[in-house]
Amino acid sequence: MRLLRFGLCFAVLLLVAAAFFVVLSRQPVIAGVEAPPRSAFDQTLIEKGAKLAAIGNCYSCHTTRGKADYSGSRAIPTPFGTIFSANITPAPGTGIGRWPEEAFRRAMREGISRRGEHLFPAFPYDHYARLTDDDLHALYAFLMTRTPVESFTPRNALPFPLNKRWPLAFWNVAFLDKTPFQPNPQQSDAWNRGAYLVAGLGHCGDCHTPRNLFSAEESSRPLEGGAESEGWVGPALNTASPAPVPWDEAHLFTYLRHGWADQHGAAAGPMQPVVTALARADDADIHAMATYLAAQQGPVSTERQQRASAALARAAEVKPPAPAAGEELGATIFAGACASCHTGSAAMVPPHGINLALSSALYQPEPTNAIQFVLRGVQPSGERSGPLMPRFADTFTDAQMAALLRYLRAHYATAPPWHSLESKIRDLRQRKGPL
Amino acid sequence: MITLLVNSALHKLDIDPATPLLYALRNDLSLNGAKFGCGLGQCGACTVLVDHEPVYACLTPVAALEGRPILTIEGLAENDKPSPLQQAFIDEQAAQCGYCTAGMVMRAQALLDHNSIPTEAEIRAYMEPNLCRCGTQVRVVRAIRRASQPAREAAEASLPR
Repeated sequence: MRLLRFGLCFAVLLLVAAAFFVVLSRQPVIAGVEAPPRSAFDQTLIEKGAKLAAIGNCYSCHTTRGKADYSGSRAIPTPFGTIFSANITPAPGTGIGRWPEEAFRRAMREGISRRGEHLFPAFPYDHYARLTDDDLHALYAFLMTRTPVESFTPRNALPFPLNKRWPLAFWNVAFLDKTPFQPNPQQSDAWNRGAYLVAGLGHCGDCHTPRNLFSAEESSRPLEGGAESEGWVGPALNTASPAPVPWDEAHLFTYLRHGWADQHGAAAGPMQPVVTALARADDADIHAMATYLAAQQGPVSTERQQRASAALARAAEVKPPAPAAGEELGATIFAGACASCHTGSAAMVPPHGINLALSSALYQPEPTNAIQFVLRGVQPSGERSGPLMPRFADTFTDAQMAALLRYLRAHYATAPPWHSLESKIRDLRQRKGPL
Repeated sequence: MITLLVNSALHKLDIDPATPLLYALRNDLSLNGAKFGCGLGQCGACTVLVDHEPVYACLTPVAALEGRPILTIEGLAENDKPSPLQQAFIDEQAAQCGYCTAGMVMRAQALLDHNSIPTEAEIRAYMEPNLCRCGTQVRVVRAIRRASQPAREAAEASLPR
């Protein structure tokens, strides 16, 4: 009898769970429409959408090099496998040509395709949930007026069960915050605009916020620094920032506008296309983001102030620091390979490199970005002028590069040594992508 | 003492280990093919091969080169005859003032060593770091294609009909 009652309870529970699951994971299909003609959208609306798309940098993930803009299929590396980006041109067959605006809004805010399928959160709808209706309307107008290109998206390369879309229903319940952006009346308009762009369209947290076991951003630690992705680490943008001299509004603006800032360094790795895209955004929006991000640095403590003065003093030294015993190779390599650009004036004016006492990458807790700078250098984006640093992947062996970085870390950053440098260099050397 | 293995010959040099390879080649070994262009690794005029890969000799301290084979343009010719790639540069007249040419040839040699039948897009992408201020790039691309022609024909001939 007791067994029967237990069995009954279990069956009821199972049913409830199943019903819950069905309700959650199945989302209605939104009927397709005839793609709206260009004349359906006002030119100023399209232009507004273009500037918003620049801030969101839709282009980078949704364009494969050598293929049509926004036609997708770019392989996005994730910790779980490779995901291919969707075709977001208004092609009716393989793009979003048949999507009414309602379907676009739902995809952006809830991560559900027009057909009712869950989209993988590699597409940062957890950020886009903040967007206003007006901005989504402008983005829709922009995308629906791109050149339609039929291009089929390859199947994602994910292991079971991550290749299934239904578990995302639970992910969304647990981690998707659908509340729209709430302005803070205590703050300025620029601060609020910046907060909206950083948290929403800019999806800065995608790389700059730590993630939990389920790969969701930890909402209690916004912009506190991300894990490695695409071979680079998004440094903390808040009080935990590794920058020796705290970021201020002016330097953040210069960095986001031009791709480099003296006192900090150059945008490289996945940040370079972000800056390239931002070239099309308005100054006012970049100022707003800089205002908000500068405010995240918090009040500068006496200790940080001292750290900054010390770094600036090191940067003002004309001669490279003397190596300690055992560091001679690193100092020799620096003298022969790096010094011609990286010594002398602390001012970073291309082609003159940053004085390394100010390079944020050398102060990060992990050596990843510093290694990448030496391995890959900084290559111009091809669309605008900017810093250029040659790649040294073939110039130095792993051991030589490690010797160089140990010397730089000890004397320019005066920070504790990085661990397992050589194996990290070996690992990053083998990553895909242009070396 | 630094030991350099240049064009299959060993050289012992008593120079500062921080000296860039370019200076050692030109000043100590009288190998004047590689040129000093910018000294910043931005033009490629000093390109030589180290461990079969192109590097900027102006930014490669000799301390990093112990035991690693170095190939310069002087090492390409055999029996005083230009190498096939050098001959292709001559045939296509792929030089104007000639200052960038040695670097161009060395980078192109590395490309052909890795990929004997490069497409035009591959040639352009690979050669991008090397600049020519005279505007010979189109001829350089043609020269590389010409040099790869025998390999291309051999590959085509081996295709099933």
